[in-house]
Order: sequence, then C-alpha cells, then structure tokens
Amino acid sequence: MTASRQNLDRFVGSEYPHGFVTDLETDSLPPGLNESVIRQISARKKEPAFMLAWRLKAYQHWLTLKVPTWSKLHYPAIDYEQIVFYSAPKTNADGPKSLDEIAPEILQTYEKLGIPLHERAQLAGVAVDAVFDSVSVATTFKKKLAEVGVIFCSFSEAVKEHPELVQKYLGTVVPYTDNYYAALNAAVFSDGSFCYVPKGVRCPMELSTYFRINSLNTGQFERTLIVAEEGSYVSYLEGCTAPIRDEHQLHAAVVELIALDDAEIKYATVQNWYPGDKNGQGGIYNFVTKRGLCRGRNAKISWTQVETGSAITWKYPSVILQGDNSRGEFYSVALTNNYQQADTGTKMIHIGKNTSSTIISKGISAGHGSNAYRGLVKVGPQAINARNYSQCDSLLLGENCSAHTFPYIEVKHPTAKVEHEATTSKISDEQLFYCMQRGISQEDTVSMIINGFCKAVFRKLPMEFAVEAQALMEVSLEGCVG
Amino acid sequence: MLSIKNLHAEIQGNSILNGLDLSVKAGEVHAIMGPNGSGKSTLANVLAGHQDYQVTHGEIKFNGRDLLTLSVSERACEGVFVAFQYPLEIAGVSNVQFLKMALNSQRKYHQLEELDAIDFLQRVKSKVQEVGMEEQLLYRSINEGFSGGEKKRNEILQMLVLEPQLAILDETDSGLDIDALKLVAQGVNAFRRDADSGQKRAIILITHYQRLLNYIHPDFVHVLFDGRIVQSGGPELALELEEKGYASLLPKAQSSA
Repeated sequence: MTASRQNLDRFVGSEYPHGFVTDLETDSLPPGLNESVIRQISARKKEPAFMLAWRLKAYQHWLTLKVPTWSKLHYPAIDYEQIVFYSAPKTNADGPKSLDEIAPEILQTYEKLGIPLHERAQLAGVAVDAVFDSVSVATTFKKKLAEVGVIFCSFSEAVKEHPELVQKYLGTVVPYTDNYYAALNAAVFSDGSFCYVPKGVRCPMELSTYFRINSLNTGQFERTLIVAEEGSYVSYLEGCTAPIRDEHQLHAAVVELIALDDAEIKYATVQNWYPGDKNGQGGIYNFVTKRGLCRGRNAKISWTQVETGSAITWKYPSVILQGDNSRGEFYSVALTNNYQQADTGTKMIHIGKNTSSTIISKGISAGHGSNAYRGLVKVGPQAINARNYSQCDSLLLGENCSAHTFPYIEVKHPTAKVEHEATTSKISDEQLFYCMQRGISQEDTVSMIINGFCKAVFRKLPMEFAVEAQALMEVSLEGCVG
Repeated sequence: MLSIKNLHAEIQGNSILNGLDLSVKAGEVHAIMGPNGSGKSTLANVLAGHQDYQVTHGEIKFNGRDLLTLSVSERACEGVFVAFQYPLEIAGVSNVQFLKMALNSQRKYHQLEELDAIDFLQRVKSKVQEVGMEEQLLYRSINEGFSGGEKKRNEILQMLVLEPQLAILDETDSGLDIDALKLVAQGVNAFRRDADSGQKRAIILITHYQRLLNYIHPDFVHVLFDGRIVQSGGPELALELEEKGYASLLPKAQSSA
C-alpha cells in the first residue's frame, strides 16, 4: 500500500546467509527404517548390548504410535522410508584426535559459519563439542574439565567410556514411551552430547555445542543428557545453523536434564536452522523433546531459547519440579517469518512442596508466519505452596501473520498461586514513522523495537549468546512492519 | 532555508493543501495559525515525509535540496524535526536508548563519530533540566504512561538533543496547562537562542491559539485556510485573530484568493 510497506516487504525477504553445503564423502546407511537399520547403527557405534536392547524396545513402541496431530502446525506427512537414519563423515575411521586431523572442508564450514573453533573456544573460554552431521568431530577443553571431574563428551563416547552413567540416567526424564518423536529418537539417535558434573563442582566454563545439518535427506536425531550431582552447577549453550536444502529435513532431538539436591542447570539455545525460502519451500522440521527433572531439594533448572529458524518448530522445554523448593524457569523468544510455523512453549509440573516456576514467552510473527505458545502449568495434589508466574507476549509485524496462545492450567492444591499475563501488540506504521522522523533508519527502528520486546529473555542469555541472538533477530527479520 | 512553492498535497484522494507558499530563513520563527481542517498538521506531515500524504504538485527546497526526493529519515538527518501533536508510545524501548540511537544515526549520517554513553548522557541530562523533565522519565519506555504534558516536553527534549535546523512544532501547546506551557516555551526559547547555533535555526509553530505566542514570540504569523496561506503579517496579526476570530479574515481572504 505504501512505499514504506514495500520496503519492509523486501526487507523481510532477506535470504538465509548460512546456506551452503560442504562437499564431503559420507558413510550413510540406505534410506528407510527397520530393525536391521537399528542393529547396524548400534553396531557401527560399537555400543554395549543394553543400548541395542533399549533402541529395539523404543522402535517396537514407535511402531505402535501415531503421529501427534494436536498442534497448530500444518505440514505434509513425513515419509520415513525416504529418510537416511545414519550418516557419518568418512575421512577418519578412528576419529580425529586433534584439530589437525579434521578434514579441511569441515573446518572451512565452521569458518563460514563464523565458528573459528580453536580461536573462539580459547578466547571465549568455551568448550565446543562440535557436531557435524551425526558424529562429533572435535572436542576441546576436555582436559581442563577433566581436572575438576566434569565429563563432557559426545554421547557415543559416553556410551563407551561411562556406560554405567548412561545406563543409570538414559530415558529417566524422557522415556522412549513419551511421545512419537521421542520414541523415534530413542530408536535411531546417532550422537549428541553428554555432560556429568560431580557433586559440589561448579563447572569452570560455559559448555557449548554447535549443531549443523549437512547431508542430503539425513534426519538428525541428537540426544543430550546432562546430569548435575548434588550442589553442582553447569551452564550449557547450544547453537545451530544449517545449509539451504530443497527437501524438508527432519530433526527430532531429545534433551534430558537431571538436577539433584541444590544443583543448578542452565540450558540456553539459539536455534537458527534453515526456515525455508520466501514461498515456504525447504526448511527444517524440528520436533524436539526437551525436559528437565529437578530431582532433588532446591534444585533449579532454567531453559532459555531463541528460536528463529526451522520451517516447523514443535518444542516444549519443560521442568518437572519433583524436589521440594525446586525452581523451574523458561525464557523464550520465538520468531516466525515467511511461512514458518512454531508451536512452542513449556510445561511446569509442580510435584514437590514450595516449588516455583517462571515462564516468559515472547512470540514474534512476520510475513505469513504462525506462532503459537502452548504451555501447561500443573500443580499436583502434594505441591503445597506452589507458585507460577507466566507472561506470554506476542508481537505482530504485517497483516498476514498470526499469534496464538494456549495456556493450560491444572491446579490440584488450594495453596497454589498461579498468575498468567498475556499481551498482543503490533509494530505500527506510525511507530516506524515516528522513529524515522528522528533520523533512525527503518531497519534500525525495527530491530530496536524487537530488541526492546525481547529484552527480558536476552538478558538471561550468556553474554556471547545475547550478542549473537540480537544479530540473529536482525538477520531473520530484516525490516518488518505492521 | 526552507522554500515551499505552490504545494498541493492529498491524503487518500482528498486534497488538503492547495497551492501553499512559504519561505523561512535561518533565524526566523514563523507561526502558522488557522481553523481546524485548514491543513496545518498536513503541512507538518508532508514536510516530514509521512507515507500517507501524496504531494501532487509543487516543490519544497530545504537548504537548496529537493526535500521531496529524500526519505523520512534522510530528511530528519538533514535537520528537519517535527514535534508531534500526538507523540507515539513504544513499549520496551527506553527513552534514553531511543535518543541515543537517533542522535548517533544522525551523527553517522554526517560522518561524525558516534557519542559514547558517557558523553551522550552528559548532553541529555543538561537538556532534561532545560525542559523541567524528571530524569527518571529517560529510563521509561518511550512516552509509555506519560502524561500529556510529559509527552510534549519529551518532544522538546528530543529537539534539544538532536539540534535540528528546522523545528516544526505541531500544536505543541494543545492540552497543556499554563505551567507546562511555560516549560515547553522555555525549552523552545533555549533552542532558539542557543548561542552556538541559534542563528542557523528556524522554527515553524503550528497553533490554534495566540496564547503560545505570548511565550514564544514569532517574527511572522501566517493564516492558513483551505490549504493556502491567505494572510501573512507580524505578531500583531495573531492578536487580531485572537480578538476577531478567523471569520473576520476569511471573507476578505476568499475574495482575494
């Protein structure tokens, strides 16, 4: 309708900057899923028998399940016979022992993504467990972590080196029976991260993992398990980018967090997977099950997520507040542009006494994006003095996007206090005009308003991620209007 | 500084300005008065480049440049400032952050170094006092929950910080009690008399009432009617209008037009 609107439309249509494919030979299984594929995955990873048995049980259970349809997401049915369930970079059969051993193409890919592994890791004091496709190719700072007894390694390595820990905790928060995608993940997951923080240890650095989907039609099934023993503390960062692909790619990850007495886990995600093009072609399907269990007294688990990517996001990082006085937090910014769809939120399950939870959700919709917050606050019959505060804000940019809020509240104890606030707002042409009349460009105006809207969540991110998150919002939204 | 010739403008097909001429030199203060619907606010919006107004004829030169070819933010950076009648609220963005972004955007445009937080705050705080604003308002979201007077003062604060060459004050006096009016006028006069650059600045006051002109003395007064300036004169014209109303002027104006 107006010049400013047209500018904005062009601005919204900025292309995904991380779209490139690394040319690597991959060692892949043929597409499709059956028991033999699962046996091969397990065999290739040289897993102990308990893992294979668990995978097979999960697969049998998955066969009995139907695709969940309760979300507000619309997408064509996924043909699991077309998906390659395992692919590993071929270059080093024995696995690299240092950066020198890593194929130069992979290192270049990281460079393009702005992740100069060695430098970044050292400068920032962050241990990076970089996941390239399905197998971890590099782990740094392991030694420093080992000195204080923190185990931080790929999941496959954990299965080999610490099978007793894996067996003890695997599936205790997200059992393979939990849901369709969790069952699928349990059956076929290829790798992921494992972290164990022993009693009383404060992890000396932020832990970080970068995921990247690369092989054509390769579903990614990551699994992360973090255990914080009594009185320990760990902060974990996860960030993702992926190259442009025409075919939709399936991602079904599972993350399990376990915090014992007085332990604290902070889990932050910046997710920037390929969202599809302007017309809704391509893009990642992201069906993730993330859950934390505050198993001990005074345990604390905090999820912070910035979701700007994926064509489809189905994700509800949750906390089970089992220990007395335990605390759960969820801080989320979810952005949908073009034809992206997000159905995301959290579950706070209050079981113990004096448990409390906070939910701050900020949804931004632009283009034809659809953004749904779906949250459950459940206070059980034993949860005396449970407290919850929820705030769900939606910001709309343009005329064709939508925002939806589905808060579910179930309270079974009269002492519970549950508060829910929700707002919906729009960036208006008049607001843009006002700011531009003061000399601020349209782009800067939009990002200033967006950053103001997201401030409460960005503040919860570790410094380096907060900067990245702001940049990401700018790239993902370059100029949207209402 | 500003030269408007035969300006015609419309909004949604309704013509509002019908051949407006106005010339403003540096150092001058012009008051534009006129009844409701005469096109006063349209003039402010057209000068700022509001997207809803289409210029169908005529030209606007600002310091020799064709203003109509510049974007909204370019005009602002060139030194055109509008203090709005109804300043907008923007949630989540603090006043001080907004001001800093605006000032540094303009400095960048002029290839000046951006001010750091310390220099910037120093500059803003001295201006805050000039308009009698509470300092805590700097840290609140832009205009959110501000009273009418606070919003108007906030506009004047922005003007003082951004130091435009041409300030257009669109009914800045409306809805103000006498104390607030005095504070606003004080801010405008400070802007006008700024020893450093006062001679390079010009002000266009758009107002209904003579009241404001008791505190800000104009060099010229123009009467706008039906999208044209129908009479111009000195400050005495405003007094005459106050006394006799617009009606007394209009028949003469219409016959001469």
